[in-house]
Amino acid sequence: MSANHTFFGYDSEGFHDELFDAEGRPRDGSQLLVDCINKLPLGVLTERQDAIERALHRMGITFAVYGDESGTEKIFPFDVIPRIVAAAEWQRIEAGLKQRIKALNMFINDVYHDQNSINDGIVPRELLSKATSYREPCHGLFPPKGIWCHITGTDLIRHGDGEIYVLEDNLRCPSGVSYVLQNRLLMKRTFPQLFAASHIRPVIDYPTRLYETLTYLAPDHVHEPRVVVLTPGIYNSAYYEHSFLAQQMGVELVEGRDLVVKDGFVYMRMTDGFQRVDVIYRRIDDDFIDPETFRSDSMLGVPGLMSVYRQGRVALANAPGTGVADDKVIYAFVPDLIRYFLNEEPILPNVPTYICDREEDRKYVLANLGKLVVKAANEAGGYGMLVGPHSTREQQKEFAQKIIEQPRNYIAQPTLALSRVPTMTHGGFEGRHVDLRPYILYGKDIWVLPGGLTRVALRKGSLVVNSSQGGGSKDTWVIAGDGDESASAEAAL
Amino acid sequence: MLSRVAESIYWMARYIERAENLARFIDVTLNLILDQPHSAHLQWVPLVSTTGDHEYFNKKYHQPTEENVIRFLTFDRNYSSSILSSLSMARENARTVREAISSEAWEQINEFYHFVCNAARTDGKMSTPPDFFNAVKQHSQLFNGILDATLSHSAGWHFANVGRLLERADKTSRILDVKYYTLLPTLEDVGTTLDDLQWSSVLRSVSAFEMYRKQYHGITIHRVVSFLMLDRSFPRSALFCVDRADQSLHQISGSQLGAYCNSAEQRLGRLKADLAFADVNSIINQGFHEFIDNLQDNLNGVGSAIHDTFFAMRSPGASQSQFQTR
Repeated sequence: MSANHTFFGYDSEGFHDELFDAEGRPRDGSQLLVDCINKLPLGVLTERQDAIERALHRMGITFAVYGDESGTEKIFPFDVIPRIVAAAEWQRIEAGLKQRIKALNMFINDVYHDQNSINDGIVPRELLSKATSYREPCHGLFPPKGIWCHITGTDLIRHGDGEIYVLEDNLRCPSGVSYVLQNRLLMKRTFPQLFAASHIRPVIDYPTRLYETLTYLAPDHVHEPRVVVLTPGIYNSAYYEHSFLAQQMGVELVEGRDLVVKDGFVYMRMTDGFQRVDVIYRRIDDDFIDPETFRSDSMLGVPGLMSVYRQGRVALANAPGTGVADDKVIYAFVPDLIRYFLNEEPILPNVPTYICDREEDRKYVLANLGKLVVKAANEAGGYGMLVGPHSTREQQKEFAQKIIEQPRNYIAQPTLALSRVPTMTHGGFEGRHVDLRPYILYGKDIWVLPGGLTRVALRKGSLVVNSSQGGGSKDTWVIAGDGDESASAEAAL
Repeated sequence: MLSRVAESIYWMARYIERAENLARFIDVTLNLILDQPHSAHLQWVPLVSTTGDHEYFNKKYHQPTEENVIRFLTFDRNYSSSILSSLSMARENARTVREAISSEAWEQINEFYHFVCNAARTDGKMSTPPDFFNAVKQHSQLFNGILDATLSHSAGWHFANVGRLLERADKTSRILDVKYYTLLPTLEDVGTTLDDLQWSSVLRSVSAFEMYRKQYHGITIHRVVSFLMLDRSFPRSALFCVDRADQSLHQISGSQLGAYCNSAEQRLGRLKADLAFADVNSIINQGFHEFIDNLQDNLNGVGSAIHDTFFAMRSPGASQSQFQTR
């Protein structure tokens, strides 16, 4: 393969490109990268991309190809051209995310206590009563320090109008942050000179921040809290991440069978006896964490965990029940919730959303299925979704039927023209659609990881960025503004 | 440390050591055949019977040819003790504890596994088998070196050490057992001057040849047995392995050497004393094969005592003193 990987002649084809403006000039903060790539001798970039893929194989950041006897394993695709976010734009995104997560936490607390926002008619009561993500056992719960959602990964997209929109709030067990850290590590090895020259904000302190967030939640009387990461086990697709985060924080990675409840405390089984656990970063869904409280057939959880939690003798992050606020129907009300709880205008707008449970919205949706994206209220990973313009008549028919049968379970949004970033292909650079998932930690205060996971739809023209559906990822560079710490110092490491 | 994690580390190390020793088995046989081409077929049969599942082999491969036996012991994923299966198990165990071992150690297991996987894709037809088995040994040695140099020598490392040493003691005794009988067809041969070439191959297979020479020069069966079973300083001898495993167990529990506080330490301590005070003449007079059988039974007993003591899920109600609130 001897494709010419330079940006000369690169065409953004009328889409909003994150690296170049409409006239083809590098955007704020992108000039250095563009010059560097254009000066590379032919073939060098391909070599570096290959080296990165070999490194991923060696590090075992792979998933097995199901049904392949010879043990072939695939890596999650990674593209070397980063997405760049200018300092001023990032400041606005960061402020918007902090505002949003603050309001969402207040909403969750309200839902499980006084329900003022419902009594005052901000969120219709019938929508909440039909929400499958509402957890009755959480009613009246007081999570440690009053925070419900400690770790959030909010999905953002940029539309053709240049504006950043919030697409989804992931308030349960958002994954992907390990790829942010690994991608950065690989990029620093691949372009050390470029890193030294660009002022890119570091992401390397995420595990430390996460650890601080978790220890902040420990019961007050505990001096040296013992934190663990709770995983469903090696067959979970995010297992690598669970293991990575535990390793980076220097805490135990446990499975449900390692934990036991006894005399009102949670213990883990050690070779020399039992040790008390104070904080659990759980990467198991609510439904599975305690068979005595939630699904009784769960083999993954810890019987009796919720009763210890209710007594404040162990902390869970995130708190159970947070899913009620990332329901895709509730999503439509978040801007109103921000105004209600904070008395502020939302900084980051929502994507306009049609709620199929409302008769007029439903009529519009059913009449315009070919133009809209329809999503199930409680699905993730790009499943249960109809992308109108890319769908067949039959698929549209099938979704129309589903919407009529279970209107509460569906929302629809206009098909967005996701922005693009140049991406390596066999024939040179081509634009591919991206989204962005920044990670927010809510402990003593709210902290946003600069950048986040840029997911890229590697198939030409595709809008679906999920890794299960042909997506890959890119490093995200937030350029340091005045007074921001930059990663140039890390680059030397 | 977590019982589950300790168990996985222990088995990870055992499986790596198992793969290495299987490579040593095959390597010594390949070497012997170079010296003795006319009886080549006789060398491969006992390899199947002592290391593998005879019935399965006959059904799937029919003839114990070099190619068949190597493919069976090296690449057969359906045979649970092949090199590839062992590495796959080592890697699965490592995967469940990758946060507990060092990244370097994990990456080495990964590379090791992929190396053998890639060789398996050639369908077992290797251009130079000795090079391949040598590379397997080196990968394993590299892994052990990385583990020793990057993992804190606390409980986790000691569990890995116990796993690898018990496996090594078992496999050294097996190599000697199978060669003892193929190289000494009649009992009268015991005590006669041995074929230097053949026994030096056996010693080489466990990397013992040079160290043996430093100590004994001429080769006799008594000396070989003594060196591979009872030597106090050669790192693959049974006594050495048992002694260091015993030290690691005491490091884990914190109890004094020479005493015991659990059944694993008790059983291993007794085995160590048996070997430390054994006499090579009586071993051979009373029957070497019985001695090996007995040694392997004892090693298995230590393995199950370790399982019961450290890995098995105990009920938390058993003893309040087991709880630690740190």
